[in-house]
Amino acid sequence: MNARAAIPGIAAPANTDLPVLAPAAARLSKNTTRERQEGAWRLELKAWYGFVLFALLLLAIGVAEAQSGGDSDRSLIATLVRWMPVILWINGNGFVLNLLISFFAMAIGTVGGAALGLGQISIYKPVRVICWSVTQFFRNSPWLVLLFAIMLLFPFEVRILGEIYSIPAWMKATIGFSLPVMANLSEVVRGAVQSIDTGQWESSEALAFSRMQQLWMIILPQCFKRMIPPWMNWYAILTMATPLCSIMGVEEAVNLAQQAMAAEDSRPELLAPFYTFLMLVFFIYCYPIARWTIYLERRYTVKN
Amino acid sequence: MTERLTEKSWTPDQPMVSIKDVHKSFGKLEVLKGITFDVMKGEVICVIGPSGSGKSTLIRCVNALNNIDKGSIKVEGQEVNDPKLDKLELRKKVGMVFQQYNLFPHKTALENVMMAPIHVLKKDKAEVEAHARALVKKVRLEGKESNYPGELSGGQQQRVAIARSLAMDPDVMLFDEVTAALDPETVKEVLFTIRDLAEDGMTCMLVTHEMGFARELANHIYFTDRGVIVEHGPPKSFFKEAKDPRTQEFLSQIL
Repeated sequence: MNARAAIPGIAAPANTDLPVLAPAAARLSKNTTRERQEGAWRLELKAWYGFVLFALLLLAIGVAEAQSGGDSDRSLIATLVRWMPVILWINGNGFVLNLLISFFAMAIGTVGGAALGLGQISIYKPVRVICWSVTQFFRNSPWLVLLFAIMLLFPFEVRILGEIYSIPAWMKATIGFSLPVMANLSEVVRGAVQSIDTGQWESSEALAFSRMQQLWMIILPQCFKRMIPPWMNWYAILTMATPLCSIMGVEEAVNLAQQAMAAEDSRPELLAPFYTFLMLVFFIYCYPIARWTIYLERRYTVKN
Repeated sequence: MTERLTEKSWTPDQPMVSIKDVHKSFGKLEVLKGITFDVMKGEVICVIGPSGSGKSTLIRCVNALNNIDKGSIKVEGQEVNDPKLDKLELRKKVGMVFQQYNLFPHKTALENVMMAPIHVLKKDKAEVEAHARALVKKVRLEGKESNYPGELSGGQQQRVAIARSLAMDPDVMLFDEVTAALDPETVKEVLFTIRDLAEDGMTCMLVTHEMGFARELANHIYFTDRGVIVEHGPPKSFFKEAKDPRTQEFLSQIL
């Protein structure tokens, strides 16, 4: 008899009385749990993607080099190398800015996502409904649209105590990115809490723990490990999305690469090497994160 | 007589747990259809019956893990079905052990036992630890204090769960099919632990399929089927002179 009390905000996991169905139910509930936690496609970068990118870079340079006919100053390698510092770090712009945006957006998104996620399992229905709605709204909006909205809604400058402060575009972009990240992390938190066996709630309830104590002492400590892999996955997704703000004129890597190509007379043979270079840079940064995520995922699913 | 009992007028010679005409439905499914019985202090009662007969639901109602739709359940004179009831106060008096142990996997055996007294009862940590170590010893798990639940066998985990419940110093213990998930070897060690408890005078309510155990230990046995008590009595007469055909059939299958 599965007479389990409904715990407010916590759906009961797949249960069955029929032994034949048990393996299927276990599989189903495992898959659901994983999907809930990840809340999106799993980022699977493979090492050979990097080699393909690198080979592509060399090939593109080689082919274009042969076409351009030997002028050493205009050679593609020389051009790319000349612009590399600009694309990567000069003046705190370029790829460094991508990273800066990703750090801040992740920080804001994590704080907001934790609050929203816990709100989604609140015992108070209005809180639950509001947090669910906010989560769904930002989770299902295109990132680019959110970015535009924030860019256009936020003022150029704010006046605080008579002083005028201008808000740089990259800060607005950071806020724009933090919203969808927040919503997706909210789902990660909710999924992780719901993936904890309801027996944990029941036994702690029977020991007279209050709801807050149950959550902070029993449930959440068990969730942290489970949340780390999807959290890292979302960080990698966010990092790869940061070039979106190049459209708004934020001088991050892609924007600067485009400016560099324009400064080099927009020679079409520059396109392939420059963009391949950008892909390679992002790959080198994101691949280790993806590997580490997969490693942690394996470790935590086995040990639980 | 039990009708007018209130928490204040309750004395230990009155029923520890008093269940009266309890009804409970899950949606359209009526699981309990009017259950009535009393449990006196120091008594051990066993509820037996086919699965789906509502026995687990019944004892889960005693510490308000399930709410009842109709009727009354009183623990030491305190109405459990009262919406104003302080459930935390009730649960300090009523300990519960589950079929699936439900130990906290991120805490060691000793920490599992210590957590509730420290955080719920706000007791002094050193005092709690001494008590917890004594309880771990009592359930014969000395040396396993710093093991995590995942490192213990099912029987050992269940005994930690019993110690964890006892650490709250409850007046009544509920056991919900606590040996059903164990292999026959380890069932015995858990049953010994419960027997020790019963011999110490703990009031116990058990839902169980262990008939031998029920026969040996229980003061009273209740046989439930389809939400009602079909037959009950002290073990001697219950096993020998079961009158109802449903009881006879159940016993013939299980004995």
